Amino acid sequence: MTDFDTLVQKAKRSWDKLHAQKTPVIYAGAASCGRAAGVLPVIEAIKELKATLPLEIVEVGCIGPCYLEPIIAVQKKGHPTIFYGNVQAIQAAEIVENYLVKNDPQPDKAIGALSSPNGSETTIPSIWDHPMLKAQKRIVLKNCGLIDPQNIEHYLANDGYQALNKVLQMKPETVIQEITDSGLRGRGGAGFPTGLKWKFTRAEKDPEKYVICNADEGDPGAFMNRSLIEGDPHAVLEGLLIAGYAISAVKGYIYCRAEYPLAIQRFRKALKDMRKFGLLGENILGSDFSFEIELKEGAGAFVCGEETALIASIMGERGMPRQKPPYPSQHGVWGKPTVINNVETLGTVPAIIRNGSKWYARFGTEKSKGTKTFSLVGKIRRSGLIEVPLGTTLRTVIYDIGGGIYEDKEFKAIQVGGPSGGTIPAAFMDEPLDYENLNKLGAIMGSGGIVVIDSDTCVVDLARYFLQFTENESCGKCVPCRIGTKQLLNLLTKIVKGEGTIDDFELLEELAHTISEGSLCGLGKTAPNPVITTLTYFRDEYVAHIVDKRCPAKVCKDLFVYVVDAETCIGCEICRKRCPVGAVSGEKKQPHSIDITKCIKCDVCFTNCPAKAIRKVDKVDVIHVSH
Amino acid sequence: MTSDSLKIIHHDFKLSDNVIKKIHKILVKHENDPRNIIQILQDIQAEFHYLAEPVISFIAKELAISEHRIYGVATFYSQFKFVKPGKHQIRVCMGTACHVRGAQSLLDKICRELHIQPGETTKDGLFSIESVYCLGCCALAPVMVIDDNVFGNMSAAKVTKILRKYRRANAPRKTPAKGGGK
Ligand SMILES: Cc1cc2nc3c(=O)[nH]c(=O)nc-3n(C[C@H](O)[C@H](O)[C@H](O)COP(=O)(O)O)c2cc1C
Ligand code: FES
Repeated sequence: MTDFDTLVQKAKRSWDKLHAQKTPVIYAGAASCGRAAGVLPVIEAIKELKATLPLEIVEVGCIGPCYLEPIIAVQKKGHPTIFYGNVQAIQAAEIVENYLVKNDPQPDKAIGALSSPNGSETTIPSIWDHPMLKAQKRIVLKNCGLIDPQNIEHYLANDGYQALNKVLQMKPETVIQEITDSGLRGRGGAGFPTGLKWKFTRAEKDPEKYVICNADEGDPGAFMNRSLIEGDPHAVLEGLLIAGYAISAVKGYIYCRAEYPLAIQRFRKALKDMRKFGLLGENILGSDFSFEIELKEGAGAFVCGEETALIASIMGERGMPRQKPPYPSQHGVWGKPTVINNVETLGTVPAIIRNGSKWYARFGTEKSKGTKTFSLVGKIRRSGLIEVPLGTTLRTVIYDIGGGIYEDKEFKAIQVGGPSGGTIPAAFMDEPLDYENLNKLGAIMGSGGIVVIDSDTCVVDLARYFLQFTENESCGKCVPCRIGTKQLLNLLTKIVKGEGTIDDFELLEELAHTISEGSLCGLGKTAPNPVITTLTYFRDEYVAHIVDKRCPAKVCKDLFVYVVDAETCIGCEICRKRCPVGAVSGEKKQPHSIDITKCIKCDVCFTNCPAKAIRKVDKVDVIHVSH
Repeated sequence: MTSDSLKIIHHDFKLSDNVIKKIHKILVKHENDPRNIIQILQDIQAEFHYLAEPVISFIAKELAISEHRIYGVATFYSQFKFVKPGKHQIRVCMGTACHVRGAQSLLDKICRELHIQPGETTKDGLFSIESVYCLGCCALAPVMVIDDNVFGNMSAAKVTKILRKYRRANAPRKTPAKGGGK
């Protein structure tokens, strides 16, 4: 038996023990999303139970349905493990006690169950039949939410580092061939074939080579990488080791964005444990493969997700992109051949090696193989992180998995690919989600961020929002991006203020074209995408703003006013009391009114009116009336 | 990169022996290597909360590089601050998910409550506000963070409550003796 087999056996023993032990175990989803939803006070409340009730608490990552956070799972020997969602601190102890002491599984509060090894019966459906999880295919996320990300033994007990062990007995070329055959494409944006990237880098003569894990996740509104790192950091690190072995690299870097402190913590702990277990450093698992990994924290610059900028940042410089070629595979960090891969790309590698390229290539479409994670957010009922085979239709993602639109509003569009991506209208709901198809529609896969928008979202404002983002994040090196995005932003700002003219259409299109043609890096080249796609699919909304001076979604504040509908108003005085600028007047039990010259449009009256008597009315109509 | 990060304000930051000792420790940790300047500045900021001018001058001399090389790098990244932030740092997410779920109203509300703009600090030094792009909790949008505490599913009404809690925790204790402050 090898040292590795001994490690795995020991890990499996402690994993099995944890799941068969008499002391109940509470698993708490404690990734960033769980924390934002308040899981830490929940954990505290459960800890207090310990005085009277023996139990163990294990912090796990996120299983995906973030809208149900905080999520806990209660394991009781001889009974099914039951998941509870939206658990708040005040009821947490009660839920746990009811199940453990009173034997009441509380099906009304449960979101699903895992049957226990000895097959006890329950009426609660399996957690894997939960509507958000059922249509998924979890390959890269297989451990997320189920194992303790801080416990390397949990990873080892669940096929962890098997792929590395296998690879160390393979020729590097064979490893690369396997990845090439699987059809895996980069999950960080452009979808470049991973095997090919490795092959090119390996072919470079310079023996000093590097691998970089791009954990910068810059798309504002996407969190696939964060969730994977926080839930299963070792999967990413194993992928990084395999990439290092395949190209014979001397060292790996992780570049992780600073806004993700918990992900950074998870990485640090994982690296420490790897070293302890002989999985990092000299002669890994007794082989002649030696490898070091260094973690670098980003410092808040979106452009540093771009590979050449990221490399500059690793070297302690301003994160400015440079002209390609030479590509990083020829001239990367410290001028040496470098492979740079996204977190998810690397996280997928171990599964491919373990199960074979043929197995992986079974999922997905002809040109887009495998599965992809997407973060599903915005105006969607079930928001969270999902993994589906590439080629799954938007309808499946939005309706079967996402449960449709929040508060049953009208599904208007999705924005996919972040600031480099595009807005795709609901009419394309039956289009498959894959690289080629998204490009055809004018968007990009990007890293997999999907923001769902409904009739209350203004697409002109959304385009302006993205331009504000790219203008702010442009590094300033090339003129088309630096000045172009600024001009495009000015133009859009003018339009949302109702000051646009009909000539602006032509100007928008011309500017968009110039910026994408002339910019140095992907940031500028793709920055006009949100404008181009909205102009294509939602031209009437631009017309409404420019010609009619109306914002159909009532988002652009210069184009509407708040008025009180006298017939609906019950005179409860809430709006008058809450208005921060004293713009509301009216007597108790009498209809109120709003002074639009004082109103700052803070939305407080609108959101707080119990009678829904506050209306947003196009400004042109009101001014028309008062004349 | 943002214009407010360029606002370099002089504070009477003293390079005491203790401060110098701390800086040296950080420099040694990063092998006194200018190539690690970003990590050095990150550790400095974690220690002193911002990059004070005398500290930058000191580091430049120690590493034998020019100050403008340090400023060049530091002003590029939005993480670095050149003015002293408040005791509690409020970060409001302006990411896409938060944007479509009303982040701007949330930020406006906080600004109104505290009478400051993003990038500024309240007069009592208790709070500063900044806007950031995405904290990775988009499913719980809109999101804000105070120091290390993340608040999801935020609303204007919740802001008042949360700020009140922080204010209370910082108010001088009422003493039973007469004349005790508020
Ligand atoms: C402006 C810009 C931002 C980017 N941000 C990221 C990012 O946050 N994460 C990422 O993995 N790739 C990002 N990329 C893509 C990288 O340049 C690079 O293609 C990718 O990391 C390669 O890894 P992959 O082949 O595994 O996808 C960005 C590209 C551009 C132009
Ligand atoms: S968009 Fe606000 S947390 Fe991601």
